[in-house]
Amino acid sequence: MKSGFITIVLSILTMSYSSPLLAQTASGGDYLFNGLIAIAALLIIGIVLLVGDNLVKIEAKKSGVSNTADDYSILPSFGSLVKQKKPKFAAEENFVHLTKGHDILLEGDPEEQLYAQGGSKTFAVYPQNFIGMSPIPKVEVEVGAEVKAGDHLFFDKKSPLIKYVAPVSGEVIAVNRGAKRSIASVVILADKELKYRALTAPALGNCSREELVNFLLDSGGWTMLRQRPFDTIPSPEDKPKSIFISTFDSAPLAPDLDFVVEGREASFQKGLDVLSLLTEGFVHLGLDGRAGELEPSEAFTKAESVKKTWFSGPHPSGNVGVQIHHVDPINAGDKVWYLGVQEVMTLGDLFLHGKFNAERLVAVGGAELKEAAYHKTYLGASMGDLLENNLTNDHVRYISGDVLSGKAKAADQHMNYYDDQITVIEEGDNYEMFGWLLPLSPRPSLSPTFATATLFGDVKYHPNTNTHGEERAFVVTGQYEKVLPMDIYPQHLMKAILIQDFERMEGLGIFELSEEDLALCEFACTSKQPLQKILRDGLELMREQL
Amino acid sequence: MGLLEFCKRIEPDKKKSPFLHTLYDGFFTFAFAPNTVAKNGVHIHDGMDLKRTMVVVVLAMQLCYVFGTYNIGHQHFVALGIHTGILDALHLKFAYGLVKILPIFIVTHVVGLGIEFYFAAKKGHAIEEGFLVSGALIPLIMPPDIPLWILAMAVAFAVWIGKEAFGGTGMNILNIALLARVFVFFAYPTTISGDEVWVAGLADQGAGLAANYGWIFTGFFNWLFEVFGWTTFTAGQMAVDGFSGATPLSLAYQGGWEAVTNQYSTSQMFWGTIPGSIGETSKPLIFMGVAVLLLTKIASWRIMLSMFIGAATMAMLLNVWGATPFMEVPWFYQFYMGSFFFAMAFMATDPVTAASTNRGKWIYGFLIGFVGMIVRVLNPAYPEGWMLAILFMNVFAPLIDHYVLESNISKRLKRA
Repeated sequence: MKSGFITIVLSILTMSYSSPLLAQTASGGDYLFNGLIAIAALLIIGIVLLVGDNLVKIEAKKSGVSNTADDYSILPSFGSLVKQKKPKFAAEENFVHLTKGHDILLEGDPEEQLYAQGGSKTFAVYPQNFIGMSPIPKVEVEVGAEVKAGDHLFFDKKSPLIKYVAPVSGEVIAVNRGAKRSIASVVILADKELKYRALTAPALGNCSREELVNFLLDSGGWTMLRQRPFDTIPSPEDKPKSIFISTFDSAPLAPDLDFVVEGREASFQKGLDVLSLLTEGFVHLGLDGRAGELEPSEAFTKAESVKKTWFSGPHPSGNVGVQIHHVDPINAGDKVWYLGVQEVMTLGDLFLHGKFNAERLVAVGGAELKEAAYHKTYLGASMGDLLENNLTNDHVRYISGDVLSGKAKAADQHMNYYDDQITVIEEGDNYEMFGWLLPLSPRPSLSPTFATATLFGDVKYHPNTNTHGEERAFVVTGQYEKVLPMDIYPQHLMKAILIQDFERMEGLGIFELSEEDLALCEFACTSKQPLQKILRDGLELMREQL
Repeated sequence: MGLLEFCKRIEPDKKKSPFLHTLYDGFFTFAFAPNTVAKNGVHIHDGMDLKRTMVVVVLAMQLCYVFGTYNIGHQHFVALGIHTGILDALHLKFAYGLVKILPIFIVTHVVGLGIEFYFAAKKGHAIEEGFLVSGALIPLIMPPDIPLWILAMAVAFAVWIGKEAFGGTGMNILNIALLARVFVFFAYPTTISGDEVWVAGLADQGAGLAANYGWIFTGFFNWLFEVFGWTTFTAGQMAVDGFSGATPLSLAYQGGWEAVTNQYSTSQMFWGTIPGSIGETSKPLIFMGVAVLLLTKIASWRIMLSMFIGAATMAMLLNVWGATPFMEVPWFYQFYMGSFFFAMAFMATDPVTAASTNRGKWIYGFLIGFVGMIVRVLNPAYPEGWMLAILFMNVFAPLIDHYVLESNISKRLKRA
């Protein structure tokens, strides 16, 4: 259908182009006459097209090959132009169609099955995963100590009530230190059979908010929550305007959360129940309404005590920041909390089973893997263990998270606290002769100057980490806006951050953004500017001001 | 790869000879895409970089170069009244055009790139690609007979004061190519005013204008063409009686559309076989450049479209007013004359100097069209309006952006 449409547009263009050619030799009066003839010709062709198209549609219906008959039409139906494509299962109301953004298609999509063997032996918690944590938190365990899953590991002296707990039971084998004696990580060698710290959760029906909060703080459940702006762990005194959960991840090679939630639907619902007690506003669920996707899991579509909104469109439609922007935007002074689906399930298990269950289904993907699939493991799993014997190439980069906003890790390091995805891509530290002009290999790009996507459609790319160019000043404009489905001017915001203009940063919407939302802009940036870093610097500046 | 190793081996020391190293770095990164990898932030980057962006723009104007070369020669011979057919004596026209355009191209690049390299070395950053496009544009907007020293002055002024003083590529307020042109226009008005400057190679010889050929024509090219048995350059040819070399715009100013069509047909104006700056006359070839820029999404269609709408609106208003013959030129014929499309395709769309918000681009483009048409028709001093209109709106682009951003900010404040 699309190609038919393009043909029509092209033929109209050629016609309209030829009319000035015909007319240019004529004098004024003939000009008008020729123009009228051209318009008449266009009309006649249009009528012929419409009639022919209808005949084909009637024939298609008669012979029974198509019910809607639109499949056989070369013209786009009026409805499909005006109304956004909406899958049948999505609700009519609360449907947000996002047009901006871009799906980067990469090789190595994880298949929906679990690895039979392997798995992580050590687990780690990195204090610096928590934004705003002081460099030297108070560590409550010593090397060699035995801990149960849910036992306290450390806390920040600035907010001692929030306890950071062990994801698994076992022996603390290292407390690694970084620069200036800061605590880099606490590493636990896991038991074969996990032991859990016994917890008595308050009954949800008849407990005060204070009791609930105190239990969450002590049990480690509080660390599942994060707050926008700044992505910090919320302060215990705060009450959020609303709480957001995105039930789909649109990032490249991201885990399919419908698969992740399978078998743990009850935990998820319990988690939602807990969250609804923490806010006076709504708990919002962002549902996957992208065309071509299957109907989301019933754990999401039938979830109770939440407000659901459907989102469709390319990445970053699954980003919680984008969803917040369209449902209940953050204004100055507002605090909105958000969680991932697996964090909600951990929260639910606290109340359902009385234990801190940090089980995580981790999607391991990337073109450099022999087998891309899911690992059933726990929070903070070892990168090297999960990827053991699974690489086809050893000149690679391990990424905890997705290729856009994840963090590079060494083989002996562990996944970050909130990540449920590992990506492995090739290092691109090679010179390429005239690589900028005549690249040898296809590479993901938004620019039509690379003909791969234009000619072949949805090609999956085999990416590497090369920057494909050097850093330059901002030159091209309008590029970021194309991939950020928010009413924000990213380039001007970046400039405001660079000159540290606080008023302008706030006015241009810095509070609504997090690194993952700008990641696609950074990918697309012709000048190779480090947008995520600039944004984080800006957010830190603003946080210091408060 | 042997070549890569060789190139790596001859790399000059950065501390000992910074200029040489900058130069080396510029050419090395031109030949080899560097091996830098993503450090923090995204791990994969778009294949597009500034070099590729700029080169696409340069490629988009190549047809204008070819035609410009031809048209220098064609106008020269038309003035002499020989080889007046479009396809007559192509070898003479191209040879003549090349001899005129090559020095312009070389001087532009030697001066411009020289300053660019010097500042890159001085400031210790890599050579930036901005001058690739500016350097390709400047020859196209110069009259063919421009004295090279004036050109050198203009380019130096534009690159030095217009760009490097502001901090280099991406920081300039005014369009570099137009700044070079406006420098010539205001600093040396006598050398490039009058109707004759748009036709190359005619010198006053008492009795009138006559062709004046140097050794390269009478010696080298005539020898070469004689070998093939083709026609040759004949020195001392007199220009035809009544030759003026006036552009359609100056004719329109004097006598409206009738005066224009007395001398040039619409077909001539459309295809570009008329006197003018080197690369701006041929509309179909500019349209092909526009197609390249739009298909690759490198130039903003918003600016192009709104500039067209702006110019058309003003031209229609002038039609209604109709106080002078020029105002009465039907609005659509205004587009046949002058350099509107060249300015629209390559000058107004410069992303650095244009408005940077999408809404701002609509306003910016529209006002260029609007103001440019006023300058063209209502102002007797300036033969064409786009150069001044674009520079004028360059200055106002940050203000337009400011108001667009303010509306975004106040929308956010109201929501709270």
